[in-house]
Amino acid sequence: MAYYSTNEFKGGLKIMIDGDPCAIIENEFVKPGKGQAFVRAKIRNLKTGRVVERTYKSGESLEAADVMDVDLQYLYTDGEFWHFMDPQSFEQQAASAEAVGDAVKWLKEQDMCEVTLWNGTPLAVTPPNFVMLAVADTDPGVRGDTSGGGGKPATLETGAVVRVPLFIDIGETLKIDTRTGEYVGRAKD
Amino acid sequence: MQPHQDWRPTASFDTLRLRAELLARIRAFFTAREVLEVDTPALSCAASTDPALESFSTLYNGPVLAGASLYLHTSPEFPMKRLLAAGSGSIYQLCKVFRDGEFGARHNPEFTLLEWYRTGFDHLDLMDEVEQLLTAVLANIAPLGPVHHWTYRELFLQYASIDPFTVSPGEIQVLLQAGHNISCAALSADDLDGWLDLVMTHLIEPQLGAGLVFVRDYPVSQAALARLRPGTPPVAARFEVYLNGIELANGFYELADAVEQRARFEKELERRRNSGLTAVSLDERLLSALDSGLPDCAGVALGVDRLVMIASGAGSLHDVIAFPFDIS
Repeated sequence: MAYYSTNEFKGGLKIMIDGDPCAIIENEFVKPGKGQAFVRAKIRNLKTGRVVERTYKSGESLEAADVMDVDLQYLYTDGEFWHFMDPQSFEQQAASAEAVGDAVKWLKEQDMCEVTLWNGTPLAVTPPNFVMLAVADTDPGVRGDTSGGGGKPATLETGAVVRVPLFIDIGETLKIDTRTGEYVGRAKD
Repeated sequence: MQPHQDWRPTASFDTLRLRAELLARIRAFFTAREVLEVDTPALSCAASTDPALESFSTLYNGPVLAGASLYLHTSPEFPMKRLLAAGSGSIYQLCKVFRDGEFGARHNPEFTLLEWYRTGFDHLDLMDEVEQLLTAVLANIAPLGPVHHWTYRELFLQYASIDPFTVSPGEIQVLLQAGHNISCAALSADDLDGWLDLVMTHLIEPQLGAGLVFVRDYPVSQAALARLRPGTPPVAARFEVYLNGIELANGFYELADAVEQRARFEKELERRRNSGLTAVSLDERLLSALDSGLPDCAGVALGVDRLVMIASGAGSLHDVIAFPFDIS
């Protein structure tokens, strides 16, 4: 089993805490002139997304988490699992609803996603920063209104609901920023 | 070979000029008070036995001490006490000191220390002088803010609702976890000083805020070079200085008893052995100097880089040292 000393701590390092894989966000060396040296770390639990603070004695060792990020192509869902494939090796991975989390509303077949694997199993899915999705339902478009003011809700093909300008019609393909969930523009043909 | 992109200083020239000004004011302060500037070896035959300090060591090759292990000093305390015992009178020193393993926003393994000893002073007199020095050195540069005096016990009661002289490590663990979401699983259940350090650094220091804070009367286990003051419980005549919540200086009413000092060093060596730390040799010349008679004196060491950091409003030592050790 691999271990990291606190001397190796840095942002992004993956370690096991209470049985869960976690990533260090930031860490700080704290020591009174005549006393115990500590390393204080802000850590994200990769399973729950929760951020916790932990303090370690300087020099202490922690178990490394076997976590890596891979780029996989989203294939389909069978309702229980979301299936991804490595386009080079054709190796497939099945991600649970828990692992897919909020990414589910942006997942479109054939899109490349970043999948975080823990001990070889999907732990989290990050959609591309920008996705192109068709409008499945919205109020009829108001022609000529390019003011950008106001706006209306539109339901996209994946089920996500985003706020779009008044002129958008059903069937149009839109570019969406998945990090903010905001409409960026119409897809260029 | 690729050119290094990080060859430039990390401190601005404004900050380096401020640093030079502070050093000049420090020297003027002591010159006016007729305290002698001294220069003692950075490379020593003996090291600090303090389990909280790791000395860098190196090998000497040449005449006289061929093959000897030498240590970079963690503070100039021992040779300065030898000067005092030899009759120097009050002395000060500005020098680089070295502490292995310490690096962060407030630590650099090599840093500038101001250390001074005043004969005929006790720790209370010296605390007054620290305040006078900071007032003089920071005048028209940074306001000193309000000044507060606490005993270690009062400070813990005020900011952590803990009596450090009666609390158990287990009670601290529960209080920090339940009340403040602070935990350190690897601290052992019998390491009371470690737990008190955790309270100090994680809970109390962040609450100190702007201004100058003096803390005195430490647990005897936290002051291997200070005199003890009898009482219930007895306390060590040690003080710490915090400026704007940052630990800046540490002082003692100096222990002059060679027999007691040897016993404390040996206790520290035992703690080093038990914690798996490097064994170091005792400074026998210091003990001989104490045995011949150390004048009644108090001494204090002040981190100059941190002082520059506070004076310049910087958030990290990185911004006040020309070349931090990782680009040295």
